[in-house]
Amino acid sequence: MAGVTDAAGGRRAGRIVRVNGPLVEVEGLEGLAILELVRLGPHGISGETISVTGTRAIVQAYEYTGGLACGDRVDGTGSPLAGLLGPGLLGGVFDGLLRPLSSESLWLTAERDEGVLSGGVAKTWNFSPTAALGNEVSPGDLLGVITGSGSLEHRVLVPSTTAGEITWVSGPAPLRLSDPVARVGEREVALGERWPIRRARPFRERTADVAPLHTGQRVLDLMFPLPLGAAAAVPGGFGTGKTLLLQQIAKWSSADVIVYVGCGERGNEMADVLAGLSELEDIRTGGRLIDRTVIIANTSNMPMMAREASVYTGLTVAEYFRDMGYDALVIADSTSRWAEALREFANRNGELPAEEGYPASLASNLAAFYERAGRVVTLGGRVGSVTVVGAVSPPGGDMTEPVTTDTERFVRSLWLLDPDLAYARHYPAVSWSGSFTRDLDAIAVWHGTNGNEAWASQRTRASVILSEADRLAALAEVIGTTSLPGHERVTILGGRLLREGVLRQNALSRNDGYCSTEKGIALLGLALAAVDTCHELIDRGVSAATIEQADYGLVLRAAEETASDDAAGVVGRQETLLRRLAELA
Amino acid sequence: MSSRSRTIAEGQDRAPSVAHADVRELRGPLLVVGGAEGVGWDEFAEIDSPDGAVRHGLVLEVRGDLATLQVLEPTDGLALGGLEVRFGGQPLHIPVGRGWLGRACNGRGAPLDSGPPVGGSLVRPINGWPLNPIHREPPQEPVVTGISAVDALMTVVKGQKLPIFSVPGLAHLDLATQIAAQATASGSSFLVVFAAMGMTHADIAFVRDRLEERSSASELVLFLNAADDPVIERILTPRIALTVAEHLAYEEGVDVLVIMSDMTSYAEAVREVAAARGEIPARRGYPGYLYSDLASIYERCGRVRGREGSVTIMPVLTMPAGDITHPVPDLTGYITEGQIVLSADVAARGIYPPVDVLSSLSRLMRSGVGEGRTRKDHLHVSAQALSALARARQTAELAELVGTAAMSETDQSYLAYREMLEKELLNQGRSEARKINDTLNRVWRALGSLPRRELNMIPQALVEQYLPEEGELP
Repeated sequence: MAGVTDAAGGRRAGRIVRVNGPLVEVEGLEGLAILELVRLGPHGISGETISVTGTRAIVQAYEYTGGLACGDRVDGTGSPLAGLLGPGLLGGVFDGLLRPLSSESLWLTAERDEGVLSGGVAKTWNFSPTAALGNEVSPGDLLGVITGSGSLEHRVLVPSTTAGEITWVSGPAPLRLSDPVARVGEREVALGERWPIRRARPFRERTADVAPLHTGQRVLDLMFPLPLGAAAAVPGGFGTGKTLLLQQIAKWSSADVIVYVGCGERGNEMADVLAGLSELEDIRTGGRLIDRTVIIANTSNMPMMAREASVYTGLTVAEYFRDMGYDALVIADSTSRWAEALREFANRNGELPAEEGYPASLASNLAAFYERAGRVVTLGGRVGSVTVVGAVSPPGGDMTEPVTTDTERFVRSLWLLDPDLAYARHYPAVSWSGSFTRDLDAIAVWHGTNGNEAWASQRTRASVILSEADRLAALAEVIGTTSLPGHERVTILGGRLLREGVLRQNALSRNDGYCSTEKGIALLGLALAAVDTCHELIDRGVSAATIEQADYGLVLRAAEETASDDAAGVVGRQETLLRRLAELA
Repeated sequence: MSSRSRTIAEGQDRAPSVAHADVRELRGPLLVVGGAEGVGWDEFAEIDSPDGAVRHGLVLEVRGDLATLQVLEPTDGLALGGLEVRFGGQPLHIPVGRGWLGRACNGRGAPLDSGPPVGGSLVRPINGWPLNPIHREPPQEPVVTGISAVDALMTVVKGQKLPIFSVPGLAHLDLATQIAAQATASGSSFLVVFAAMGMTHADIAFVRDRLEERSSASELVLFLNAADDPVIERILTPRIALTVAEHLAYEEGVDVLVIMSDMTSYAEAVREVAAARGEIPARRGYPGYLYSDLASIYERCGRVRGREGSVTIMPVLTMPAGDITHPVPDLTGYITEGQIVLSADVAARGIYPPVDVLSSLSRLMRSGVGEGRTRKDHLHVSAQALSALARARQTAELAELVGTAAMSETDQSYLAYREMLEKELLNQGRSEARKINDTLNRVWRALGSLPRRELNMIPQALVEQYLPEEGELP
């Protein structure tokens, strides 16, 4: 990374020779490096260098390029695209290049680029040192904390490339992002850290321990759990409730920090996420949920190429908090829009297409993205994690399209959304036949050591009943339900109780929007107990029709009528339920 | 705003009236002109031909001293010599303001009625700028369309974008115009901007007739690009309509409803340009950026914090061969906040509007209904009505195989429910406007056909309050 960014006279300049949408070709910029940030035209809009041939280079612009003309000036900056990390991220809304949107005007014109990268630098934060003069520190060690910045303690760490003796440390003081907090050896450490978004932040090692991320959504926690530090994909056609499911996870999951990347999605939806998170009380800290959330908003009408950068920006922010020892969750909605941005640029650049016009590097790009997830021992010796949940929007609901099929290969859990379930208004519409999780055994062990030994066996039973019920229901469509033997009819009934009483969850309900681990397990136990009793009734000669006509409101309404963490309330229903069922005999 | 004026100023620096005569290439809708150094990307240009006709173009690429333009009008009859291209120095701007109300114009905004061209000192670029998402107000005020199927089961909210997916031959224009004529929010009606792209003259006449009242009250703006009008011009039509709408909404504080029909014809125009440029196609020959292109149109709906006014967008599109996975409906569905799907099967059952309510959805409904907005039972009752209808449909399929007699009593009640729902709620007159209370009571009457234990998606208290007693049932 040669070159300087500060001295205006030292800037290298070239000229634009071609503009085709976001693709700009420039000439005459000596020593331009791949991925170097350049400033294009009179407004200095940002662009990233993609390829260099002789004195010419191809640049992808991050803003609307209308008005750019051949002959306009181009300046090199000497550094790659980087985001400014520091206190102030939490609770903020940023664009794909990590520029704060909150200080922006109503309309996002191309002109806004000027000076915005330094947005928020005037604000000060209360630094309180924990390291002392003369301490020997290495990368990731704690230098101090920011007090009064929200519910989550912001830790200021030694950067990854810095080690040595502390020769100076700031006392408790209000500091700006550009102010130094300490000097390590000869090197000054500023409060804010600029990090190139495409480069993963380093850590010591990945850990082998598995612990689940609690999402608060029963179908995920009970049937398809996701370990902390793993990646999940949510493929679903439009109208299958993808965004609502992701929003629920953002609101209720057990992660410390949520990074919500709205990548090429709807503006109204971002406004809704923002309003929803601002209103919601954080059940863990008592503050507002927004105070431990970072929103990266790059809606579908904002410039395409910033969309491509936005997922990396989100990961970088999550890794920054991971390094402080937190569990961060990145929600990317939608990775398909990101892939489309890759495709658009590759096409304009004349690359040969592989499948459906996507560049041949699609799979490796997706793999690299999902592999930035991980539960790690940080450089400072803390345990932290980045969990990634990526939405996939397959065109035409076609699950064989390249983004879906490539994504499936690299994720630990797949939460497939089924249009038939959504059609029947069964939400979350996570398919129990098409979804998978690769870490069932490890999570079963975790549940076992955390007092839920029955979790694994109950999950297996539920899974068997659901698939049997599907099979029998298909059969019943041919021969009629009444032609089926009693036990089979009870299995069909059991499938219904599991679907409607356990897996279906009302996102809008006060009681049911979130479900604790224990309540989920209790609900599953309740439904399975009902199924067991019904099978006994058949053995005792009760007709299947009688059993089917019984009122199962105690199971079906249990989730809605008990508080979101009231496992005891659910268990308490079991006795009444079983007594009423016994009366059928 | 300042950037706009600066763009204009810069354009003037570049001497906009200099004519470039060095036209090097004509291919389909594309024109390549040389000696065009200093011309900016996305600039608007006028092209004079020797016969005196003036055509219009947009710059698609600048490369060295060459500029490639897409020409909005047909290029037949043009020869390389004798053409003169005059660049405007800026993207296409149009005047905005109330002067558009009551007017009928072509797809480029030139008057079709006898009036003078719409003028005014206030101009805006037709592409607009992205609305900063943090300035958006989440839409939550219900729009009462007076159409039961829509109001009860897929409530539209102010600032939403909700398309109508149809197939040729169905009553989508009837529905769209009925909504345009009847829609109110908080008791007041909307201004309507209608953008026709590639519509037949018969359809255009129908729309004008249905909206005559709105037009004579100066509550309507028409931008009409007919099926035999220039194809490439269609790329501008929705953008011009939305620029006018955005101004009326966010600066004049008016609620505006924009209806755009037919988006499939629009997308075909985009495809035609992409094909002429030799771009690598994504699906079915449509360019890979169709999603972003459509988003730049649909995303212009919304509400702005601290300002009155809203833009609600209702695109109409016909799905080729009824295929909802076709790129145009598919990408539209990914951008819009739900969809109203019309179905030939429903039409064949004699129901107007022929809405397939199970395939339809309004994503923003949950924030626009309930206590204080429509009625407290609304969300519950609509979820139950749809869930029951899904089961009724399955049951009906089963009944065809095994006969109604072989079905349980519960199953039979679902069949009765479906009949009731269709008769009471879904079927309606073409100028009949129903109040929201009436609509919701109709849903309850239909749910009355089911055993009470089946209503497990509605809280008990609401069932007690709203479910008609046995004797009240028809």
